[in-house]
Amino acid sequence: MPLVLERRQERSAAIAVISPLLAIALTFATMAVVFAAIGKNPLYALYVYFVEPLTDGYTLSELVVKATPLVMIGVGLALCYIANVWNIGAEGQFTIGAVAGSWIAVATNGTNAGHWVLPAMLAAGTVAGALYAMIPAICKVRFGASEILTSLMLVYVADFFMDYLVRGPWRDPHGMNFPTTADFDPVATVPTLFDGSRVHAGSIAALIVVMLAAVILGRTIKGFEIRLVGAAPRAARFAGFNANQLVVFTFAISGALAGLAGIIEVAGPIGHLQPGISPGYGFTAIIVAFLGRLNPVGVLIAGLFLALTFIGGESAQIALKVPLDLTKVIQGILLFYVLACDSLIVYRVRFIAPQPRAATGSA
Amino acid sequence: MKKLLTIAAAAGLALAATTLGASAADKLKVGFIYLGPIGDYGWSYQHEAARQSMMKALGDKVESTYLENVNEGPDAERAIEQLVRAGNKLVFTTSFGFMDATVKVAKRHPNVLFEHATGFKRAANLSTYSGRFYEGRYIQGVIAAKMSKTGVLGYVGSFPIPEVVSGINATILGAQSVNPNIKVKIIWANTWFDPGKEADAAKALADQGCDVLMQHTDSPAAMQIAEQRHIFAFGQDSDMIKFGPHAQLTSIVDNWAPYYIERAKAAIDGTWKSQDVWGGLKSNLVVMAPYTNMPADVKALAEKTEAAIKDGSLHPFKCPVIAQDGSTVPCKGGTHLDDGQILSMNFYVKGIDEKFPGK
Amino acid sequence: MIVEAIILSVIAASTPLLIAAAGELIVERSGVLNLGVEGMMIMGAACGFAGAYFSGSTIAGALCGIAAGTAMAFVFAALTLGLAVNQVATGLALTILGVGLSGLIGAAYVGQGITPAPHLYIPLLTDLPLIGRILFGQDAFVYVSAALIGGIWWFLYRTRAGLILRAVGDNHASAHALGYPVLRIRLCAVLFGGACAGLAGAYLPLAYTPFFIPGMTAGRGWIALALVVFSSWRPIRLVGGAYLFGAVSILQLHAQALGLGIPSQLMSSLPYLATVIVLVLISRTRATAGSAAPASLGMVFVPDR
Repeated sequence: MPLVLERRQERSAAIAVISPLLAIALTFATMAVVFAAIGKNPLYALYVYFVEPLTDGYTLSELVVKATPLVMIGVGLALCYIANVWNIGAEGQFTIGAVAGSWIAVATNGTNAGHWVLPAMLAAGTVAGALYAMIPAICKVRFGASEILTSLMLVYVADFFMDYLVRGPWRDPHGMNFPTTADFDPVATVPTLFDGSRVHAGSIAALIVVMLAAVILGRTIKGFEIRLVGAAPRAARFAGFNANQLVVFTFAISGALAGLAGIIEVAGPIGHLQPGISPGYGFTAIIVAFLGRLNPVGVLIAGLFLALTFIGGESAQIALKVPLDLTKVIQGILLFYVLACDSLIVYRVRFIAPQPRAATGSA
Repeated sequence: MKKLLTIAAAAGLALAATTLGASAADKLKVGFIYLGPIGDYGWSYQHEAARQSMMKALGDKVESTYLENVNEGPDAERAIEQLVRAGNKLVFTTSFGFMDATVKVAKRHPNVLFEHATGFKRAANLSTYSGRFYEGRYIQGVIAAKMSKTGVLGYVGSFPIPEVVSGINATILGAQSVNPNIKVKIIWANTWFDPGKEADAAKALADQGCDVLMQHTDSPAAMQIAEQRHIFAFGQDSDMIKFGPHAQLTSIVDNWAPYYIERAKAAIDGTWKSQDVWGGLKSNLVVMAPYTNMPADVKALAEKTEAAIKDGSLHPFKCPVIAQDGSTVPCKGGTHLDDGQILSMNFYVKGIDEKFPGK
Repeated sequence: MIVEAIILSVIAASTPLLIAAAGELIVERSGVLNLGVEGMMIMGAACGFAGAYFSGSTIAGALCGIAAGTAMAFVFAALTLGLAVNQVATGLALTILGVGLSGLIGAAYVGQGITPAPHLYIPLLTDLPLIGRILFGQDAFVYVSAALIGGIWWFLYRTRAGLILRAVGDNHASAHALGYPVLRIRLCAVLFGGACAGLAGAYLPLAYTPFFIPGMTAGRGWIALALVVFSSWRPIRLVGGAYLFGAVSILQLHAQALGLGIPSQLMSSLPYLATVIVLVLISRTRATAGSAAPASLGMVFVPDR
């Protein structure tokens, strides 16, 4: 192999700045080739994808709306993954949070209930998300059943459960028997921040979550414990930290955040419970967590970045008339570049002098 | 902040307008939102086919774009808004789940015309349209009862929404007009779109003695199983004869093209008005694929039934309609159930033994 | 015979899960976690269909599927092994790429049909009552899946190469110190996993439902991943997991057709619930043994020089 990786003595600060730029440059180069090949103006394509969504107030606000659940879930997952706890089922916890909070909204619908409704919904969503996450956590610590399987399988179960509710008991009595609850009352709705945009108070909650997580992780004993158990489980045991307790703790936190994101999404941008409340947020958030290097502030940036690729992809479908699949391919390639360039911060690539045999055999 | 956003939005729009050029100005821009990928070979595929027919029919008078695979949750409103902001003046949102999002965007943009498929909320700039697919289902029931030797039909359902339920009921009523003792087995796949699971459901029905299969899911999987098992089946959304040359009896074909052409023309001429169109066999929105693989007398009966539905002498839900529990359904439409009852149907008719889902 | 019919359906439903999971089992045994099974499978489905459509041959289609899965796995390997990129994120990105790319490749084939993979027919044997069609009347994919499991078992527990693979997965530092080429071994494992996922994907449009539709894998790659965990990384138990999932999936449909009046959503969630419950039960009986996961699973390895 002419190329080898070598761990850097220290994380390279210079590369940390250059890395994202390199990723962007590589993406631009690839997209230029792709769009030129299908006969579109590559520069215009790049503009539509990455610049236009940032120049327009509306798309900018939608960027925030789309990133909010991703960031909120991503922060919780980052805590899990740092501690080497594999919660893959945030999507299910999101759904159960949405269901539990909606229960209050449905029960109080049209009853002139007071302003306690929304706080109660948020609390119910948070608690339910945490409780649903307890199933894989307890199966893990009590029975040794892998949380990867249990948390993933419970995603499907949550989905069918919600489907049952909105098609049966919770169906809107005035909704022509279509599968949706009645629209939530104003007291059961997350308020928007600006007129004419869908940016809602949940986005502020997400920011608070990011800050809290950063503080907990960096400045508290609990944060130290999470990091130590993940990095050196043996040492953590000697230090008296209980790995099982941490499994329960991280699952509870990530489940709670996913559940909160779920009820905020339903009580905010959607406004009622219906099938398809999540376009895969719980899974996309896994990428967000790792793209953000499992760091809460990093997750915030990664969430916004991923949201940009979604919205840019939509703009591209409209303005360039390219198929959705092409925008997915670009999204995949882009993620590869970002991840690969990120790796260069920790490692350096070295070229090893080619062997004489290889030198003569030029192809 | 609000002002800032408005300024930013205006700047963005201006930029978009300049980049798109002036040639677009005199064309009607039409946008479409699809639930599935255009390659689903089912619901969205048929809408996309109709969009292309519209483009062909109206030539350089229109320009159109679409967004496919749009989630019915939080993404829907943004997707519709994006189409409006890209300058589309007529927007078709082609699934029930887009209803509230369409209503919200329509309210914000009174100068843009919206058309929402299969919904029931309308506004001055928001029409609804759908197909009376139950008319085709009734004919299928007639054919199925004639063709079935076991007297047991198999039905692969997606989700128990009123459209699917009314389809099941219409099928049974049609079948009962031939054989009052006809039975039906129903499996809910709980998906529109998982060919493997649809095939498994079709196999289970065939294994349990059903010899005519119907489906209200999107892929041709059930049709293929019928072909393999040498039994009969009906296609869905499009003509699936290719997948069941010896199995397909007929197929309900969603024919949206004439409607899209008509509405785009109306928008161009300025004659567009908000309306609720529920087209069936008569208006050609629902079309039956050729009647195949059946004896001449069955074919004749099917054609006769089709003609009767078209001329109005036969209504699939003609009164009295007896519900599963033996009660008579109120006859709100005079001689048949009214559209509201059909549109929101949530009961099984007598003759179906299965428990109604959600009850 | 309804029992025979149910067993045949279960085999058809379980086979793609088993083939994809078998490949991923080897990948994970080598210490690599590739979450991109769904992406590799759907690429296998699209390319497999395209291959069969042009050649008219199931075998050519299967080979195209294998090639596509392997190519996708190579991208994954280049990033995770070559550049030491995080495996979880790369695997998920691979799925996004695979879904998009397969849609572009497959767009031209939507609405096209092909001849499905032929089923074995041996006179007399296949005609035996009850077991005839189950044992001697399957398509080639089913026999391949059986051979695959047998081969993997033999490889892991009866060959030196298998021992080395397990050593690499359990402790890559020691394996490296002993002089084994950790990255090269992992590359082979990842490519094998991709080939299996591609074959499993190709099974869908070539044998299961002979047509192509974008996204037709419908999450089977994720189930395959879960089944590897279910199996505790052991090939024989993988068969049990795949057939358990397939059996419950089919039986719930039969139960629905019998009209038992149970909400269909509960019936549809049974395969997932059953897998969780059985996993908990069997994990419990060997709770003292701890996790059977390869110790280096998912960890980045960069050899020191």
